[in-house]
Amino acid sequence: MGKRRPKPDISVNLCGIALRNPTIMASGILGVSRDLLMRAAEGGAGAATIKSVSPEPREGHSNPTVIAYEAGMLNAVGYSNAGMEEAVREFHDAGKLPIPIIASAIGRDADEFARVAAKIMSCGFAALEIPLSCPHTPGYGVMAGHSTPEATERITRAVRQATERPILVKLSPNLPAIGELALAALEGGADGISAVNSLGPGMVIDVETRQPVLDFKVGGVSGPALRPIAVRCVYDVATALRKADVEAPVVGIGGVATGRDALEMIMAGATAVGIGTAVYQRGVGVFGEIARELRRLCVRLGIGSLAEVRGAALS
Amino acid sequence: MAARKAKGFRPSLPVVLTLAEVRRENEQMVTLLFQVPEAREAAARGLDLGAFVPGRFFMLWIPRLDEKPYALSHVGPDGLSVSVHKRGPFSTRLGELEPGARVGFRGPLGRGFWDFERFAGSERVGLIGGGCGTAVLAPLAERLPRATLVQGANTAGRVLFRDRFAGQVIFTDDGSAGRKGFPTEWLDERLAAGALDMVYTCGPEAMTAAIASTCLRAGVACQVSLERYMKCGVGVCGQCECDGRLVCLDGPTFSAEELAQMPSFGRARRDKTGRRIDLAMVTPCPAEPRKPPAPQSL
Repeated sequence: MGKRRPKPDISVNLCGIALRNPTIMASGILGVSRDLLMRAAEGGAGAATIKSVSPEPREGHSNPTVIAYEAGMLNAVGYSNAGMEEAVREFHDAGKLPIPIIASAIGRDADEFARVAAKIMSCGFAALEIPLSCPHTPGYGVMAGHSTPEATERITRAVRQATERPILVKLSPNLPAIGELALAALEGGADGISAVNSLGPGMVIDVETRQPVLDFKVGGVSGPALRPIAVRCVYDVATALRKADVEAPVVGIGGVATGRDALEMIMAGATAVGIGTAVYQRGVGVFGEIARELRRLCVRLGIGSLAEVRGAALS
Repeated sequence: MAARKAKGFRPSLPVVLTLAEVRRENEQMVTLLFQVPEAREAAARGLDLGAFVPGRFFMLWIPRLDEKPYALSHVGPDGLSVSVHKRGPFSTRLGELEPGARVGFRGPLGRGFWDFERFAGSERVGLIGGGCGTAVLAPLAERLPRATLVQGANTAGRVLFRDRFAGQVIFTDDGSAGRKGFPTEWLDERLAAGALDMVYTCGPEAMTAAIASTCLRAGVACQVSLERYMKCGVGVCGQCECDGRLVCLDGPTFSAEELAQMPSFGRARRDKTGRRIDLAMVTPCPAEPRKPPAPQSL
């Protein structure tokens, strides 16, 4: 080990991409425009992910699409996006922004995933995330059977043909054997794993009107309610990779809202952490705040760099 | 109260209120007056009307239909009101609800008008509304009794709150009520006379953009309430984005100085998919009220 610096090193290397700190704005949060990616950069994010792009424009579900209850958020946005043609206009200079920008491509089948990937990766994105795990959009993710090991490997393999940039496969927390899914994604050519997508779906019913509040009735659960499940998922993925003797970074996503939460994810085996619902709790400056808290916590715990404690909880 | 707890997670759920009364305002707008539960029950249900500031908004929910942002046009001991211009499927259904109907209110959300307490006794304030934007200014007009409310409407049949606010200045495009012309003429006259310190405005962006730039040139403070397509209403989905600003959270009220840094103001908005649309292609208030299709005859 090198000399211990007085200021802890919280920069990370994610699939060869240098991040100034491990916070990544998760997909579906604010990432509809280039200017909002800039807001994330100004808010201190280490990297930011765009909102998922499909081949054609999608209106998504009707409102209410996002609500918050006492322990987290429920969302059923339904992959609204302006389509890949518009996305390459909106994000044309993604490679020139001050932080690495991660693309997100979605499709109804492997071919659509690959088509979107081939189209949007011309913008200079640092990496590509493919969510195979959305719990609330018919034709996509969990609702289309994309979260089996077979489909995960097949779709990843198709996307691998479309881009040379690092691919992160985003997995669902719903399945008990998440480690198998991670290995299937890596077998298909993925470079890393994003764990996890929102949980469920869940439902909130308004007792006055006797109706589910979300117009789609159900939506993915995120925020504090998801955090312990996400930590366990990251731990399971990291354990499975270690057992298989495979080296690949994991982005831990689910309820991270403080520096302590980020360190917990890293100790479960994460290289970086996705931040979503915490933007609702703490505003767009949350990334820089988490990074500062993480640095202070490292000082208090005598941690010189995040690499020292990555996967520390894995026995 | 529904204030943020230090460690807790702040819910954002609709609170259902009952429609008490419907008032017809003009040929295309109605005002819906909702009963408000007494303070303790309201707080228990998560409705914090004490947090309402003119210009803040609520997401109004009709179950199994949609949820859309609306400013309140009145808040008082008698309840709260929303003034609705029937133009799309949601506003048409909302505007046709009958007393006893129940509507969810999620909010108040966003940044309302500010600095108005300073002008409570001042005559040197203009509240300039265009079309249904006048409704957003109404709670502000209630708090600024000496300010001048100026409204622009296409025609006499669309003038709003004609009897609710005395001393207002009315402009119509066709001259069928008040002065023929646009509220910007009043603004130019008052600025030339050095008679204004503050302008609050809401309405079609062709009008509010002209007002904001005129005030900026004249060195008179101006705040504008914007409208954009919204989903979450709480600053996470990004759908209402305007040049990196979140209209639901950073706005919907912006100062003329802020708007000068927002090139999309007056020019572009995003639709439900997130695609940018040129505002010149959008007709916010149809020139003619939409009529039901004529019966087919053989």
